[in-house]
Amino acid sequence: MSVYQRPVHLFWWLERRSYVLFVLRELSSVFIAWFVVFLLLLINAVSDGEASYQKFLDWSGQWWVIAINIIAMLFVLLHAVTWFALAPRAMVIKVRGRRLPPRHVVAAHYLAWLVLTAIVAWVVLK
Amino acid sequence: MNRRPTPEPFLWMLFSSGGMVAALMVPILLFLFGIAFPLDLLSAPSQAHLYAVLHNWITRLVLFGLCVLALFHWAHRFRYTLYEGLQLRKYAVPIVAFCYGGAVVGSVIAAALLVTV
Repeated sequence: MSVYQRPVHLFWWLERRSYVLFVLRELSSVFIAWFVVFLLLLINAVSDGEASYQKFLDWSGQWWVIAINIIAMLFVLLHAVTWFALAPRAMVIKVRGRRLPPRHVVAAHYLAWLVLTAIVAWVVLK
Repeated sequence: MNRRPTPEPFLWMLFSSGGMVAALMVPILLFLFGIAFPLDLLSAPSQAHLYAVLHNWITRLVLFGLCVLALFHWAHRFRYTLYEGLQLRKYAVPIVAFCYGGAVVGSVIAAALLVTV
């Protein structure tokens, strides 16, 4: 049996703003993978010693690495905001038989984000 | 009805936990090490301090979890970006091998680096 498939052109996602946003959100994963690579390079440099760490700092200070990281930051923030916004649809939490209002679920995520951000900043900077 | 178990729910779970960990932890780490220290907005911590932090097994466990879950998040989402965004569903086998294979390789490298700190 052959099934008719409507031909879809390669740039179908440029037709609507919501489609463009969808593809940008999907692309954020590439920058999350980049971040893991960046983090592993940092871990390797730190465990290697003073000289390697200094080399990592020099490398990460180059204009193109900073540029990639600024773009990555924008994509990661897009990921975080859209992820938290979707959370109440992914998890239905019931308290005493009543559904917790979606905005409480979103607020809880931002609160967790704030707390973890503060802990990480404190550990790194103290 | 076809009730053969598939790995999809497991992969989706990894995708979803990875998305959560990435959303919660990556912004601050990327801001500090990728932007703030290189641009001298904040002074970078000494190697001795970061080494001490990294030596704590809780830090290593957290970083390992972050790396593995974030990589599988990437693998799952990027797989579908290639399927739908670039219309490459007909190359599903190499795409699956590249995405999840990449995540496995990255996880092994992360484990090796974190164990030998």
